[in-house]
Amino acid sequence: MQILVNDERHDVTAANLAALLDELGYDVMARIATAVDGSFVAASRRATHSLHDGARVEILAPMQGG
Amino acid sequence: MTLFYGTELTSRLMLGTAQYPSPEILSDAVRRAGAGVVTVSLRREAAGSRAGQAFWALIRGLDVPVLPNTAGCHTVREAVTTAQMAREVFGTDWIKLEVIGESDTLQPDMFALVEAARILTEDGFKVFPYMTEDLVGAERLLRAGCEVLMPWGAPIGSGKGLNNLFGLRALRAHFPDVPMVVDAGIGVPSHAAQAMELGYDAVLINTAVAKAGNPAEMARAFAMAVEAGRMAYIADPMEERDMAVPSTPVIGQAVL
Repeated sequence: MQILVNDERHDVTAANLAALLDELGYDVMARIATAVDGSFVAASRRATHSLHDGARVEILAPMQGG
Repeated sequence: MTLFYGTELTSRLMLGTAQYPSPEILSDAVRRAGAGVVTVSLRREAAGSRAGQAFWALIRGLDVPVLPNTAGCHTVREAVTTAQMAREVFGTDWIKLEVIGESDTLQPDMFALVEAARILTEDGFKVFPYMTEDLVGAERLLRAGCEVLMPWGAPIGSGKGLNNLFGLRALRAHFPDVPMVVDAGIGVPSHAAQAMELGYDAVLINTAVAKAGNPAEMARAFAMAVEAGRMAYIADPMEERDMAVPSTPVIGQAVL
């Protein structure tokens, strides 16, 4: 299945968002937030959030800001 | 005492965390400023990158309340989703809501701002809207549930100070009980003092400190200016006059 993660194409086998983070190598303890197709997906709902071919996933982390 | 959504800050100086030469200098600046709040943001992070986690560890070590922003958002949807992501990452329902409408000036899109503020306050957020000094827009934001307003002084990063003194005075006078923060455009401590003398409750500074030759020293200068400006406001400044009035008494003056 092809999905876009932070605007980069990935060929993955993960069926849901939690599995995707694991497959891509994100640390389970990392302080990150996720969105799929422009909508926020809470950490508690990642395991039940199914991914579809062409899904647009955003993975964000803390950064400096003004 | 000024309460921002029920919270009294330890200082009326809010400090941005971007553009410092190093994390150490950022930490020094926040300490020297005695900042009441630090603003933070969210960006894409690749697997294996530790940048975001390292920054978060640094911020937590500073022990200052964080105000996440939605910088870079141009639509209601982007801003709302970013706010929801920020709430989870930073563990706060405070959000500095930015919806940019124009790229050259980074001017807020007041129409989208009001709509995003309404959605977020209904979702339990405590919204700090980055706005122009527009009175009608302010009224709409308050009606949308905002309890704090953050008018710009000048375009973000311009350092031009308070571009529209009349507008900022009018805004302050129209909503005397609403906590208000001048955000953006302040370049030097005298600009910050001026905002506080007008009766604004706080100022938010980033570029002016981060891009100073000595950020930590400049942070301290801003802290002193904010305190001086606030004291001056409380002390009730004299009225400005167009003509001279002698300060030395003329009664009893010798005729020579």
